[in-house]
Amino acid sequence: MERIPILKMGEFLLVTIQIDMHDRLAMTLQDDLTAQIVKHRAHGVLIDISALEIVDSFIGRMLASIASMARLLDADTVVVGMQPAVAITLVELGLPMKGIRTALDVEKGMLALRGAITEAGKDGDASGIR
Amino acid sequence: MSSTQSKLPEIFDKREQKITAQWLEQQQAAGRKLNPAERAQAARLSGEFVGLLNAAVRQDNSGEISGPAWSAVRDFLVSLSTRRVQDGYSPSETASFIFSLKQPLFAALREEFGSDGKVLGDEIWLATLLLDKLGLATVEAFQKTREDMIMRQQRELLELSTPVVRLWENILALPLIGTLDSARTQVVMQNLLDAIVQTRSDYAIIDITGVPVVDTLVAQHLLKTVAAARLMGADCLISGIRPQIAQTIIHLGVDLSDVTTKATLADAFDLALRRSGHKVVRDAAAPANAPAR
Amino acid sequence: MRVVSAESLEIRVSDDIVLVRQAVRKRSVALGFGLVDQTKIVTASSELARNTLDHGGGGRALLELVDNNTRAGLRITFEDQGPGIPDLDLALTDGYTTGNGMGLGLSGAKRLSHEFEIWSKPGEGTRVSILRWK
Repeated sequence: MERIPILKMGEFLLVTIQIDMHDRLAMTLQDDLTAQIVKHRAHGVLIDISALEIVDSFIGRMLASIASMARLLDADTVVVGMQPAVAITLVELGLPMKGIRTALDVEKGMLALRGAITEAGKDGDASGIR
Repeated sequence: MSSTQSKLPEIFDKREQKITAQWLEQQQAAGRKLNPAERAQAARLSGEFVGLLNAAVRQDNSGEISGPAWSAVRDFLVSLSTRRVQDGYSPSETASFIFSLKQPLFAALREEFGSDGKVLGDEIWLATLLLDKLGLATVEAFQKTREDMIMRQQRELLELSTPVVRLWENILALPLIGTLDSARTQVVMQNLLDAIVQTRSDYAIIDITGVPVVDTLVAQHLLKTVAAARLMGADCLISGIRPQIAQTIIHLGVDLSDVTTKATLADAFDLALRRSGHKVVRDAAAPANAPAR
Repeated sequence: MRVVSAESLEIRVSDDIVLVRQAVRKRSVALGFGLVDQTKIVTASSELARNTLDHGGGGRALLELVDNNTRAGLRITFEDQGPGIPDLDLALTDGYTTGNGMGLGLSGAKRLSHEFEIWSKPGEGTRVSILRWK
């Protein structure tokens, strides 16, 4: 069965979502990701959705779940690469996307994660999330 | 509903050329003076139309113009209307192209059936119904073309009136002038987000100095734009909050606590520079107001 | 308003939601919708297809290309014979959820469409129709 690949990038993990996700795949991704965060003691997760032409409330909930789970495992999550048409639609759809940090691309996402870690180091709590 | 079929096909068979010629005279009498080129074009169009009308009536004499046999006629009317819109004719002038055909057509009917009052009456009635339908179809086509043209112009105007300016490496400014309705908001969001992607900007300053009214709807549109920019990883600042606007926003209960606001674009720019780690420093060695190199 | 062409799709398993999205995308591209408009109607369809599956026990999606003389549009109707929605007003309120986020799907799809119609009867089923004009 297909799985979404998870890459290790330094102290972060990178997940690139490229296909139309169905439920099973989403569940498997969450399982795999949490396992990998623990295994590599990762401090951040980058989810690249630049290939997604549609983000509906199901995907939105999945992203929120991943962010919450990662948080419990002491890792920050940044969603990167949202397409403009998707952003405009999400705003109209009314999906809150609260607690989910976003960045333009992987590079800026990593800057954000590193910044969050530095902040966390400074005052002992990772409140980098808007 | 009467099932009488009109005798138009017979009439056209016998008198097509005469009808066309008389029709041309009618058009020229009713309309404005035409130069030779325009006269030639009118002759061509009239001849073409009568030919199409003849063919259609022959195939489908039901009195309806919606069937497949009438599609060539309908297409002719659409292209005629389109040209008339572009050439600045009015809807009446365009429709009178059709209605002026009544006179010569009735004249032909009278010549053919003059002796039989009942038949003449029926034929004139059926011909009137047909030409009225064609006239109305022409006006509708005219209206649609005009509406399409207006919508296209409105779209172009929207595009032109929402420029995105690059103030610094990663700071964009979006000076809004005029009202912010939902159609404009769509264009604004698209332009802004495309600019964020292209310039990889981290900050976007939306200046509303030029927005005359900020009511609940406008505030919602602004908040949507801010939310969309955030999803692209850019921080939004709103500047140009005039005192009356500030009061209105509080009274309306709009929650702008999530957004940084500044009174002027300059203040917002200054803040964005500082947030992105920039500092503006005067070069101590250069005299004040020296020409820039 | 007349229907120019129609296409019906079954919604039985979660893979069907993807097929519905693809079919709606294809139709909206053919109609000449801009990218944002395409995204809106495909997303709305995804929401409603998911509702049909998760809450309606499966059903159908009917895609219709419509024309009202001045403009063309795409209408998608989702139908199921599921339990139905007891309180429509409540279901259409933003943020209402039966615990599975269904409320957002309905009100969200409404916001993303030009026209929205819903019919539901507890015990009989639900029919939701969305339309976007070109």
